Amino acid sequence: MKRRAFVCGLLMAAVALGVGLRRSPQDADTLVWAADAEGGAPYVFQDPEYPQEQIGFEVDLAKALAKQLGRPIRFQQYEFASLVSGLERGDFDFAMNGLEITPERKSKVRFSKPYYVYKQQFVVRASEQRFHTLNDCQGRADVVIGTLEGTVAERLLDQLGIPKKIYPGAVEPYGDLALGRIDGVFLDLPIALYYARNHPKLKFAGPAIAPGYYAIAFRSRDEALASVFNHALNRLRQSGDLRRIYEKWGLWNDDQELGGDADEITAQAIRPWTPARFVPLLVEGAAVTVLVAVLSMLLAVALGLPIALARLYGPAPLRWLALGYVEFFRGIPILLLLYFLYYGLPVVAVNLNLGLTLNLAPLQAAILGLGLTYAAYEAEIYRAGISALPAGQWEAAAALGMSQSLAFRRVILPQAIRIILPPMTSDFVALFKDTSVVSVIAVVELSKQYQILSKASLQYLEIGLATAALYLALSIPLGHLSRYLEKKWGQAPGE
Amino acid sequence: MNNEMRISVTNVSKRFPDGKKGQRVVLDGVSLEVNAGETVALIGPSGGGKSTLLRCLNGLNSFDAGEIRVGAVVLRPTSPGQGNGAARQVRRLLGMVFQDFQLFPHLSVLGNLTEAPVHVLGLRQAAAHERGLRLLERVGLADRAHDYAGQLSGGQKQRVAIARALAMEPRGLLCDEVTSALDPELKHEVLGVLEDLKHDGMTLLLVTHEIGFARRAADRIVVLAEGKVVEEGSPGQVLDRPRTERTRQFLAKVLG
Repeated sequence: MKRRAFVCGLLMAAVALGVGLRRSPQDADTLVWAADAEGGAPYVFQDPEYPQEQIGFEVDLAKALAKQLGRPIRFQQYEFASLVSGLERGDFDFAMNGLEITPERKSKVRFSKPYYVYKQQFVVRASEQRFHTLNDCQGRADVVIGTLEGTVAERLLDQLGIPKKIYPGAVEPYGDLALGRIDGVFLDLPIALYYARNHPKLKFAGPAIAPGYYAIAFRSRDEALASVFNHALNRLRQSGDLRRIYEKWGLWNDDQELGGDADEITAQAIRPWTPARFVPLLVEGAAVTVLVAVLSMLLAVALGLPIALARLYGPAPLRWLALGYVEFFRGIPILLLLYFLYYGLPVVAVNLNLGLTLNLAPLQAAILGLGLTYAAYEAEIYRAGISALPAGQWEAAAALGMSQSLAFRRVILPQAIRIILPPMTSDFVALFKDTSVVSVIAVVELSKQYQILSKASLQYLEIGLATAALYLALSIPLGHLSRYLEKKWGQAPGE
Repeated sequence: MNNEMRISVTNVSKRFPDGKKGQRVVLDGVSLEVNAGETVALIGPSGGGKSTLLRCLNGLNSFDAGEIRVGAVVLRPTSPGQGNGAARQVRRLLGMVFQDFQLFPHLSVLGNLTEAPVHVLGLRQAAAHERGLRLLERVGLADRAHDYAGQLSGGQKQRVAIARALAMEPRGLLCDEVTSALDPELKHEVLGVLEDLKHDGMTLLLVTHEIGFARRAADRIVVLAEGKVVEEGSPGQVLDRPRTERTRQFLAKVLG
């Protein structure tokens, strides 16, 4: 969500800064091609040697097409998930970025003839003995297969009823497979070829299956443009240029001779996503959101109080340590912390020969990351609340013979809670919304479920509204609770 | 009994750090005796060290030299933050009442009275309640037992604070300008409670600006100025026939 907002922001800035030039007379011929360089190799990605340049087989294909068409093609960075909606909005002329022909996409855009036929490749650990093909995994409860969201591979896993885990990028599932967090990865052959073929700990299981097709997407009304591209693709196929490009990237295989047609490919029945199908999934996501929020808040409270006490009353080294904790976790983006806890810790454990794996489950890493971060905020709230009380209260308690700890528990803390509770509940509301960030480590909570569903169905509006309704249904009562507590506790009785 | 609860301060000195200039002497070799059942009023100009002496007596402040004995407990110079075992023993013998009451606002009036007996003395809740209500009766506030401190007037708050100190059954009471924060018409209700305590034989050490009250209630008056005891004697002698110039100066200012 955040990334999309960021990209949208960038786009708006780009428009404001004069993308108007794009349509200036000397430029009228230029076709704007959108793809996501973050999507990775081997499609379109940044040249490791010249980071400002894009390389990849689709870059080569675009160059060849430009030559055939006699028109320049300009690359435009665009987030993969938004390619279809960006096309509909008119931000560019066509999208070519490993877009699979799916019934949902087919209903929104016009596809060219496929330029690449790919299959799905099942990859397992080299040591795997339990199963040898994807079909062996059917009906096994002890197996989880990783894949990318919104892909044909994901759909196939669903059809086979095999437990899946969804990743945002192509690198992470293979990493998790090597670490033993999942049991297999099922993804497009080009991705498997690039990332897994030479991996010492991984092997291909069975032949590639389930052909799918990459095609270029145009706006539905751009029929003429699509037909010009189809001719150009045909000429590239006949001249052998297409084969040369694929061979250069190690992507050539006999399947490519087949070609195909978008209409035949999508002749399969379209299953629309009705609320009855997506709402239960969203509710499941909401339950994960609540679970993550509540458990990380409990952790934050449990850690926050001792940290606040150490800052207030601890001996010098402990005080510095507590201050360091607060400064560190308030200064580190949660995203970075989550990445470190989930992807970084296992590597650290291996490199340091710790003898333990530190292999956190996504949910554990999410709760730990949010809990550690919010503990810093809680500690500061507690410290402020406790030090707001007059020293005379400590002295009055001491004069009655109370020890420091008794005075703290019976006199100071109950009064400090009044001061602490209102900011604490608003922190909890903030934490509740921050849970959306944990989707980056493959926790499928409400925001993530929204992304997955809306990408799979392209029904951004309906699913978006349902998601927003669920968030509000949870956060509005929280807001009320916060105001109620503020009223009830915000002032001393009688005053 | 007499020796058991005698308070004796011997040659106590205390300095406070004072900005960059170094240190300010607050108590300069103060010696003082309070016998069991005696009422002693500590008077003198502001900044003369009266409150500091009182706070040293129950360990809220440390001191730099000398010795304080309360019954069998001995307080000696300690660096701040050092173990306060002796201080806690002293606090069991001497209750303290503050100028600004410092009632616990999150507890009811009765809760203020039962908190320490239950959690420090280990009294049963019912016994502590009974004791608390008896003390509220004694200070004339039995009907306010279930109100909160915020609902009381200043005079009522101070009477609750006295009852709270008494709930620990101390042998003596230290009162630090307990009427200074009160409107004139509310002072008498607090002073009346103190006079009752005196008649019941409670040992009292009072820092006060109420010269009239000191004359009426005190067995002895001690004048503390610039950290030193400048005069000490019966109310009639100190207030009517002061022997030192410093006392005369002070009385002239106070009595106008």
